[in-house]
Amino acid sequence: MINTNFFINILRFTLLVLVQVMVFNRLNFFGFINPMVYILFLYWFPIKENRAAFIGLSFLLGLSIDFLSDTMAIHAASTVTIAYLRPAIMRFIFGVNLEFQSFRLGNTTKIQQITFLALLIIVHHLVFFTLEVFSFANVLLILKKAFVTGLATLILCLLFSTLFSVEKE
Amino acid sequence: MHQIINFLIRYKTFLLYILLMIISLALTIQSHSYHQSKFFNSSNWVTGGIYQTTYNITSYFDLKTENKKLLEDNTKLRQYLYNSKRTESIALDTTTIGYTVISGQVIKNSYSNQHNYITINKGKKDSLKQDMGVITDKGILGIIENTSSNYASIQSILNLHSNINAKIKNTDHFGSLIWDTKEYNTVQLIDIPRLVPLTIGDTIVTGAMSSIFPENIPIGTIKKFNLDTSKSFFNIDVALFNDMTNIKNIYVIVNRNRTEILELEKETVANDQH
Repeated sequence: MINTNFFINILRFTLLVLVQVMVFNRLNFFGFINPMVYILFLYWFPIKENRAAFIGLSFLLGLSIDFLSDTMAIHAASTVTIAYLRPAIMRFIFGVNLEFQSFRLGNTTKIQQITFLALLIIVHHLVFFTLEVFSFANVLLILKKAFVTGLATLILCLLFSTLFSVEKE
Repeated sequence: MHQIINFLIRYKTFLLYILLMIISLALTIQSHSYHQSKFFNSSNWVTGGIYQTTYNITSYFDLKTENKKLLEDNTKLRQYLYNSKRTESIALDTTTIGYTVISGQVIKNSYSNQHNYITINKGKKDSLKQDMGVITDKGILGIIENTSSNYASIQSILNLHSNINAKIKNTDHFGSLIWDTKEYNTVQLIDIPRLVPLTIGDTIVTGAMSSIFPENIPIGTIKKFNLDTSKSFFNIDVALFNDMTNIKNIYVIVNRNRTEILELEKETVANDQH
């Protein structure tokens, strides 16, 4: 069980990085919208796994995308942030249900799943664009970019998550 | 001691998060204050290789339009050649020419960030070095920032760090070309004195003050101009000739006299300080 999970995650990691840099970084919808679908890795990652390993993996994911898109370590910083905040976000959304042994993402309602994904994306994009623009004089620009790109990311992530559903059984 | 270890164990995820965050912030801030990092860029062999593979696949789709563009470029050059008075025998003595040109292809382009970099498929093996100018058939593109043996990454003119000497065509009024990060088809020319007569539509070309670009390479046309806060210089919006979203074939310009110029400048400054 551990082994299949491990390989699925490695495969997901590689595919998401490649899809991100080869397809979505070149999209430039309306000139600046590049959806960041690799956030799905953090959405799909098993809940009961080791937290430190999860944060480390997220850092690597962000860093490999940074390597390929010449963005220093902005992706890494924002991905690590949502990886660290993920348990808190989950507790906020799923509440008591999270404590049950049989808890699975697939068993929750659609609304809960969308809120979870949306919160991850919002936090990620806010950190990302704050670091990218790097000046508080441009708060409006940061918010505009975060909101518009976030919306595009959310729509694409929802499409992907329905296409490649985790819970088959 | 025991308590310290307990503390470390209890907060280990938090500490890990802080550590990784500091690493990424350090990398980011370092790049904001200076140039692109030496290691974290898309011109090393792994990332360059990935982009080269993608390029090999996708380049087939627009061969037709690219060929047409090259043909147009050739036509222009031939026209220029047949109308110039120079005879061919003395034209190509390699010891006297100041500039040589190396061609290449873009394998990765970006224009939506604040700091945009372009990766090309030529590197140290083709004798490319840092600080060489890169142009297309329409106008300037940027300056080489890092090179690996097979790839080079270019600081695009659409980059906050970019600062290129430019002037108004047929005059000697020069200023600096910068980018305000707002639009990918517009750059800004600053430090042009107020007394210069300007008209919308005037052509902007590279100036003679830089040892990177030759003089008179086209950049764009004046779109809009107004005075800056000090009321003595113009802020000019320049509409680029290049479509920065669609670039394939590029030329790297090698200034053979650059080292000599730099040495001379360094010597002069050193003498001044005595």
